[in-house]
Amino acid sequence: MTDRDFVLHVEGLRKGFDGRTVLEGIDLGIPRGSIFTVLGPSGTGKSVFLKCLANVLQPDGGRISFEGRPLGHDQAARAEFRKRCSFLFQSNALFDSLTALENVSLPLEQTTDLGDTEIRKRSLEALRQLEMEAFHDRYPSQLSGGMQKRLALARAIVTHPELVLFDEPTAGLDPLRRNAVFAMIAKYQRRFSFTALIVTHDVPEALVASDRVALLNQGRICFEGTSSEFSASTHPVVSGFRDSAAALGGDLASIREESLVTA
Amino acid sequence: MHAMLHTLGRQTLGILSGFGDFALFTERSFRSVVNSKRLGRRIIRAVYEQGAVCLPVILIVGTFTGLVLGLQGYHVLSRFGSQGLLGALVSLSLVREMAPVLASLMLVGQAGSALAAELGMQRNTEQIVALETMGVSSHGYLVAPRLITALFVFPVQTALFVVVGLWGGALSGSLLLGVDSGVYWSSVDRAVEARDIRECLVKAAIFGLLSVSICAYQGFHADRNRSATGARAVSAATTRAVVLSSITILVADYIISSFFI
Repeated sequence: MTDRDFVLHVEGLRKGFDGRTVLEGIDLGIPRGSIFTVLGPSGTGKSVFLKCLANVLQPDGGRISFEGRPLGHDQAARAEFRKRCSFLFQSNALFDSLTALENVSLPLEQTTDLGDTEIRKRSLEALRQLEMEAFHDRYPSQLSGGMQKRLALARAIVTHPELVLFDEPTAGLDPLRRNAVFAMIAKYQRRFSFTALIVTHDVPEALVASDRVALLNQGRICFEGTSSEFSASTHPVVSGFRDSAAALGGDLASIREESLVTA
Repeated sequence: MHAMLHTLGRQTLGILSGFGDFALFTERSFRSVVNSKRLGRRIIRAVYEQGAVCLPVILIVGTFTGLVLGLQGYHVLSRFGSQGLLGALVSLSLVREMAPVLASLMLVGQAGSALAAELGMQRNTEQIVALETMGVSSHGYLVAPRLITALFVFPVQTALFVVVGLWGGALSGSLLLGVDSGVYWSSVDRAVEARDIRECLVKAAIFGLLSVSICAYQGFHADRNRSATGARAVSAATTRAVVLSSITILVADYIISSFFI
């Protein structure tokens, strides 16, 4: 692949906190129009990696290029990146004092010169596409967890971004809802043709939904390839992570069986 | 000795750095107005928060301040047979000192604490970071409208405080203690000069700017508190906002008064 095939290119990204290194030189290219998932156990710096990309955290070193243009300290490039990229937070980060419609309208109101009628039309359209139109006057606290996730996605896509960053989109959800969230991401990624970069530790769901996956371990990318290559990989870290995820699934199944027998 | 000097130096640098950071925060908030969109709507909301919501407390405190000034002033002045100067005493006390200080303290207690808590919660739930990732200036969206509003709402609230305070003084002095109403109001008219009103309004605007900046700063950076996290960090930020704003108002009052006298 050439540089032009990557919407985002990361080279030697480093980040540490209070003398502790979290990212030790990440090299990664995110192909345009794909669903790319960065896997890794909790506490390996997946969210830190994503926040460095979104400029929420300042990296200690390395280079991030968007559409071949290095971001660095170039304010114009940063502004352009922000305009064309959306971030979906683990906590959704919805504005709790605004209604669903106001939440979705906010990025349009604050970053474009569109008129009120056009903003309302586009926001309602985004809500409709995520089957949330009926709840446009509800506050986030009046919505279920899944609806909040959809509302956050509606807010993320209303500006028609080319890249959407998902930070642990299934954190704290049960297996059924995890499947539903990944299915939702895959469905809307195809509908809106954005590039999705997801960080998660949910292996089975991510493998089904993603075009490519990478494994982050001890601050470095130790594997990158397609989902099937990940499933077949004999790399000790990959197989260790994959097996531990499978073992956890087995443990959970046996606990459920035991509780059914006891009941 | 060396360790003590080291600690002292580090703490002094920390305080100076805090002042610098606060000044930059305020400057950035004002500068962000330039690129801010739909600022008018957020100013209207801030007028509601600092104006309509706080109006009852301003009217109640203003009335009772005037009542007490009338009562105390009457008894002090009657010792010298100068009850006719009650209007002057009540009006000058209110206009020069009590109205700007007390009205600002009341506004800090109600609108300032609410602002610090709101921003603290927004910091805690990543709403402020979310704004930044959308390319929206969090300073311009959240802080600037409140600062601009404080510049005119604090003086207006202070003026209302003065008006109801004067009526409170008239109520206790004239209606309850028997000072002639005409004497009271003509004494008010003779005592208060344009420069007193100017001092009153300038003080109110400066107190508003300082206290809203401090409350916004504390809430905005609620996550910087290393000794508390989550709800406790918000609570600590709100407490710090109210205490620091109140102290700042009193210190600024002394400094501004010394310029005007």
